Amino acid sequence: MSRLFTSSFSHIILFIGISIMVVPVWMIFASSTHTSSFINTNGLQFFLGDSFQENYLRVLLYKGGFFKEITALKMFLNSFIMATGVALLSVATSLMAAYALVYYRIKYATLLFWIIFITILVPLELRIFPTYSVMAELNLVNSYFGLIVPISASAIATLFFRQFYKTIPDELLESAKLDGASTWRFFIDFLVPLSKTMIVAMLIFMFVFGYNQYLWPLLVTSSEQYWTVVMGLKMMSGSIVHRFAFVMMSMVPPVLIIIILQKHFIKGVFQDK
Amino acid sequence: MSFLDLKNVTKIYPNGTKAVHETSLSINEGEFMVFVGPSGCGKSTLLRMVAGLEDITKGDINLEGKLINEVDPSERDVAMVFQNYALYPHMNVYNNLAYGLKNRGIDKQTIEKKVNDAAKLLQISDYLQRKPSMLSGGQRQRVAMGRAIVRNPKIFLFDEPLSNLDAKLRIQMRLEIKKLQQKVGVTSIFVTHDQVEAMTLADRLAVINNGIIEQLGTPIEIYDNPKSLFVAGFIGSPQMNFLDGNLKNKTLSAEGFEIKDINSDFEGEVTLGIRPEHLSQTENGLINLKVDLVEQLGSDNLVYGQLKDKKDFCYRCPGNQTIEKGTNLSLNIENNKYYIFDKSTGKRVN
Repeated sequence: MSRLFTSSFSHIILFIGISIMVVPVWMIFASSTHTSSFINTNGLQFFLGDSFQENYLRVLLYKGGFFKEITALKMFLNSFIMATGVALLSVATSLMAAYALVYYRIKYATLLFWIIFITILVPLELRIFPTYSVMAELNLVNSYFGLIVPISASAIATLFFRQFYKTIPDELLESAKLDGASTWRFFIDFLVPLSKTMIVAMLIFMFVFGYNQYLWPLLVTSSEQYWTVVMGLKMMSGSIVHRFAFVMMSMVPPVLIIIILQKHFIKGVFQDK
Repeated sequence: MSFLDLKNVTKIYPNGTKAVHETSLSINEGEFMVFVGPSGCGKSTLLRMVAGLEDITKGDINLEGKLINEVDPSERDVAMVFQNYALYPHMNVYNNLAYGLKNRGIDKQTIEKKVNDAAKLLQISDYLQRKPSMLSGGQRQRVAMGRAIVRNPKIFLFDEPLSNLDAKLRIQMRLEIKKLQQKVGVTSIFVTHDQVEAMTLADRLAVINNGIIEQLGTPIEIYDNPKSLFVAGFIGSPQMNFLDGNLKNKTLSAEGFEIKDINSDFEGEVTLGIRPEHLSQTENGLINLKVDLVEQLGSDNLVYGQLKDKKDFCYRCPGNQTIEKGTNLSLNIENNKYYIFDKSTGKRVN
């Protein structure tokens, strides 16, 4: 009896928690499928309407911006390129930085590592002017390169990979050496496959980080051609249902990437252990 | 010129620790050499210097007459079996064996044949597709050896490979390593702290202490004729009994007894060593032992007790004799099999 009580009690709490998170999202989605005049007169809706296709297509293809040059579709493409670029580049650089820090026995490797680590405490906003002027000097304003590279060095990812490499027994390296593996081969044949799980986790993390960037893309792009989804969220105007539709769509890429990669992530965790 | 030649090899770590002192050693082709010693004696460091995993501070290592001090480990053509096996956890057994061959640019068919041959030899053919995490300790051990064999190296190096196995498996793998080495005929160096392993495996063994080879010889030579107190105490199980004494005019006087006509001109404080198995019961023997404890091993009994001066002493007798706790035994040394060491230097004097 008491077990039934505690179990239903905890389920009620969980249910409330889920409702708090899901209901607003659902209401935005449901409202975005009605016509704007219906929402304006009747307020937010709990049930689906029948203008889904009409609203979403309109948002995706409508040319917006001051110069009417950019569509939402293009923003999604820009955001996808930026987030993927940030994810791949930062994971690649962190993997290699950690490799150098752990295996090359550089002098003051620990000190170097802590210097890298301290950058976590320095937010992008603090170095945004020097970074911008570097990009401007290099003529990289209004380019994907300029969007991606300055935010693609991740101290957190370096920390994770470094800590992981430190748990790999030295014998593995020695054994690989005796088997004729070069330093590059050891990295590609051993460290990369062994850190697969962590790479996937970092890819998810950095993708979302790149996707969520607002201030940096805002600064480094003056051409509407390079606007991203998050910038679009701020800039958008028009009827409420169209804004709701855009908000809904802006959630899709990060959720999708988590769902796709989560499978590998979990598989990796269970295979290794 | 021997196969592998170590000349005055010294290892000093950057922090000043001297791990290996001026060690010289020659190993013949096809020989099974065992380095044995307590932990931290430098035996693994010596092995790792042969492998190329540690720099050599001073001295030369020659393989087939060629100086290999500066040769990269991958170019030395040596294979090593590590204590924790160091199998590649993300590769299946087949790829574990094939990896070294792939890096040497050998073509696929040859690799497949070599891996299958090695797998057959070690009876791991059924597990080739498994990951190391799905194998038992003994199977992992075999894979580690397979990885060494498959490359057909000039030397096998074993760094305490049996210490992670349970007692029964250890004995079985010990036999298999010996058989395998005889079959393949590759020069091998085996590092262990277990003197039974050392005695059973070695063609010759080097007893190492504090970075110095204390004695080098066949297992029987070392057992029968230990040159120092350390070697005498380290080789043999149960350990040799040591008694304090004084040597003068070829007569040794210890607590409660004397031995005359000793073949030594040394005079002074000495340590007398007697192996537990070199004793027998007689009437009016030299040594009187008060029995505290009897360990019955079946084939043998190990009798532990104390002498008159409360010194611990061990005597090994055949398993069919019944000895009660608390009895007094009178023992004699068989065939003058005793060893006398200078107490201050530990050197053998008789």
